[in-house]
Amino acid sequence: MKYEAVIGLEIHCELKTKTKIFCGCETGFGGDQNTHVCPVCLGLPGVLPTINKRVVEFGIKAGLATNCTINKFSKFDRKNYYYPDLPKNWQTSQYDLPIAEHGWVDIDVEGEKKRVRLTRIHMEEDAGKLVHSGNTIKDSASSNVDYNRTGVPLLEIVSEPDMHTAEEARTYMEKIKAIMEYIDVSNCRMEEGNLRADVNVSIRPVGSKELGTRTEMKNINSFKSLVDAIDYEIDRQTEVLEDGGHIVQETRTWDPNRGITLSMRSKEDAHDYRYMPEPDLPPIVTTDEQIEAYRKELPELPDARRERLEKEYGLSDYDAGVITASRPMAEYFDEVVAGGADAKLAANWIMGELAKHLNAENKTIVDSPVEPARLAAMIQMITKGTISSKIAKTVFEEMWTSKDAPEEIVKAKGLVQITDTKAIEEIVDKVIADNPKPVEDYKGGNKKAIGALVGQVMKQSKGKANPQMVNQLLAQKLG
Amino acid sequence: MTLWNKPAHELHDLLVKKEISATELTQDVLARMDAVEGKVKAFLTITKEQALEQAKAVDEKIAAGENISFLAGIPGAVKDNICTKGVRTTCASKILENFVPPYDASVVTKLQKEFPVLVGKANLDEFAMGGSTENSGFYPTHNPWNTECVPGGSSGGSAAAVASGSAIFALGSDTGGSIRQPASFCGVVGMKPTYGRVSRYGLVAYASSLDQIGPITRDVTDCANVLNVIAGHDDMDSTSSFAEVPDYTKSLVQDVKGLKIGLPKEYFVDGMDQDVEKAVRNAIEQLKSLGAEIVEVSLPHTKYAISTYYLIAPAEAATNLERYDGISYGERIDGADVVELMTNTRSKLFGEEVKRRIMIGNYALSAGYYDAYYLKALKVRTLIQKDYTDAFEKVDVIAAPTAPTPAYKIGEMISDPLKMYLQDICTVPLNLAGLPGISVPCGYSQKHMPIGLQLIGKPLDEATLIRTAYTYEQSQSFHKEMAELGGAEA
Ligand SMILES: [Zn+2]
Repeated sequence: MKYEAVIGLEIHCELKTKTKIFCGCETGFGGDQNTHVCPVCLGLPGVLPTINKRVVEFGIKAGLATNCTINKFSKFDRKNYYYPDLPKNWQTSQYDLPIAEHGWVDIDVEGEKKRVRLTRIHMEEDAGKLVHSGNTIKDSASSNVDYNRTGVPLLEIVSEPDMHTAEEARTYMEKIKAIMEYIDVSNCRMEEGNLRADVNVSIRPVGSKELGTRTEMKNINSFKSLVDAIDYEIDRQTEVLEDGGHIVQETRTWDPNRGITLSMRSKEDAHDYRYMPEPDLPPIVTTDEQIEAYRKELPELPDARRERLEKEYGLSDYDAGVITASRPMAEYFDEVVAGGADAKLAANWIMGELAKHLNAENKTIVDSPVEPARLAAMIQMITKGTISSKIAKTVFEEMWTSKDAPEEIVKAKGLVQITDTKAIEEIVDKVIADNPKPVEDYKGGNKKAIGALVGQVMKQSKGKANPQMVNQLLAQKLG
Repeated sequence: MTLWNKPAHELHDLLVKKEISATELTQDVLARMDAVEGKVKAFLTITKEQALEQAKAVDEKIAAGENISFLAGIPGAVKDNICTKGVRTTCASKILENFVPPYDASVVTKLQKEFPVLVGKANLDEFAMGGSTENSGFYPTHNPWNTECVPGGSSGGSAAAVASGSAIFALGSDTGGSIRQPASFCGVVGMKPTYGRVSRYGLVAYASSLDQIGPITRDVTDCANVLNVIAGHDDMDSTSSFAEVPDYTKSLVQDVKGLKIGLPKEYFVDGMDQDVEKAVRNAIEQLKSLGAEIVEVSLPHTKYAISTYYLIAPAEAATNLERYDGISYGERIDGADVVELMTNTRSKLFGEEVKRRIMIGNYALSAGYYDAYYLKALKVRTLIQKDYTDAFEKVDVIAAPTAPTPAYKIGEMISDPLKMYLQDICTVPLNLAGLPGISVPCGYSQKHMPIGLQLIGKPLDEATLIRTAYTYEQSQSFHKEMAELGGAEA
């Protein structure tokens, strides 16, 4: 039987507020254990929460950017469960009146547009971090709790089960990441846990409308893990069903080292969270005017920007998609173009050489040693014919390691393209004389043989000869 | 001069006139405490050294010619569920037996600006759950009028301290009557302000939507003065009111002419003690003779108040008390793993009543029961609130008994929690409606146990309550009598 997967994501997005959601403690990543704490986030007897207004602002903006309806009357609730990293043994979250509901985002998978619906976005506090003496809480003689993260604000973005492949899930999560970056509510650094997902996966026979029993994988914190975990889980569930078994509704963890999911707890152990309205926080009441004011503050979002790049610069749908997938990259692109570079070349260089260098050194575009203005200057030199694209790679290499302007590098290294017909002609003549075999082949009708001759000319000119001129002259002379 | 038996306003005058020093006053109160505390047991922690240092500092101010505020140098007690930085705050629970808060409750910070002398932390029913102080995890407090009787609760320690002379004033907290009922049982004045009038930051939560801190004092004048100090908005408490705070001492005038006082028939319940009914009705007659107009009112949903309260309060308590798990503070009883550790700690260190309410609360909140219990209770709560809104269209103040009986014997009710819960019938509805209420002494039972008159006000209208209570108080002399017990007038 052929099966189809049904996938839904709950994405936890850490907000980039200066202070925690209910107290004045810093949110900064790192810091010695239990240094960003106070009576409130430690849940000491007698303390009360006070809402950080930025969190509400960010929640509303995230809702608006994902086409949600904003609940003008929203409230916090206590989600009760005992865990040592949760000082109050409840998480202050939102239950039946989240800040935003009923949204959607569009994703592109293999050239096809698909809409993923958002169930809701709600605000909540993060828990602390357990530091075990062993590997897990079970095999540790002791564990410490670091409460620095306790009370760091999160948005939980819940999708409908609208995805069917790991690729769709990845593209969706990338889209959410891009939107949160664009509206500047989160740093979205996955390696720091700013963005993590709980993934629900079930399978059903193709054509069936009924949902299968789902499993949930918690705390997926990289795109690779997301894809691998979903693929593994689809295969596992398929195998279970084909062997005549049935899927158990349970929570599973993804072990990235072994590449497998493992059972954590079954539905029977599931918590009854005993949700209760948070009596210490008044409801959040927002006016239409306030919502409109936030809407006006939203920047151009990924979809709109992508369309603009296609229309304004004639970029391909694919290139525009890659460039706009991250706000810093899109901004970098805009600056390069503003610096006078041809837009298509700019896209090629950013997605090609620049991306290659960044990846190799594990850098983000914000940390690129090649500033947009320098890249723009270099691209202009290509367009003007001062340097060839091939030479440009050498120039770029220099720019990556030095601070020099591309013009200076070209001058210092003598990399200026030879466009002097006479100089090129001299080399062409020499190459024709020295390579009778390809010359004969070409004349005998094998037009491809010219390639070898062009290569020789370029080599002897140390790459500086204008390739178009070389081609032209060779063709002329070989008649 | 005997000082421990005087109200704060008289002592303040003596301090200003330099007829006494704060140190003399403190020593006198501490000596009284030494004499009676063995019988009353009003305190869980006594801070003699701190008290004498604070008194000395006030004397230095007086010597330097500084003007001193009303509470400067006046010995006071703080209920032990209000956090005091550096001074153990136990909530009368074994689970917090050695808990020393690293911060002051906002009311304590406000008090400290007035330079009072804090003599100790007063006993209570564990986590304020109870009406007799018998549920203290350490020992019960005894009523200074008859040490075989309960002082009421949960602020029984605060009321007994003020009534016995071990403190001149005290702070209590009131979730379902916990200031007013012990004030009534101990013959002192106790006020529960409007919900949100006084910051709850630093008050260890029992039921967050009902809890409110308030003064327990010898008379209405002191009550107005203490309320002046503790009332007002606090950024640390999102539920605290932004409404302006009037000077409550301006309401210390004898004038109830034309004041409409409502008499709710639902508060004079069947089985009410005859002496209580008589004393309260006399007090109302007295107010009438002073010029007030008495109007019958009906609060028809009063009969649902107890069941509503005993769903909402335990539900909130169940979550509020989840934090006591032995992990990062408080006492811990270890176990083989973290689950056993938490289970041991909570099952062995919480008292019976606390566990009972946690279980009721969790039951009311659990999946499948939430709508039938908790949600329904919230709906009834709005009906009870509406009763008052309707009544206050016709009257300015509502008068009722504070408790259906005078103080009863220790142990008499402890085995019957339901009977004990019914004791809250006259006080609980105010908390559900968030309204202010005050209890003033209005007479005695045949066994000479004090009885309290409860006055209920409109939201944020503590001023009218104070004026009415003051007018009544000044027309008789119940507030001048001190509890008699061994060690009196040394
Ligand atoms: Zn904090």
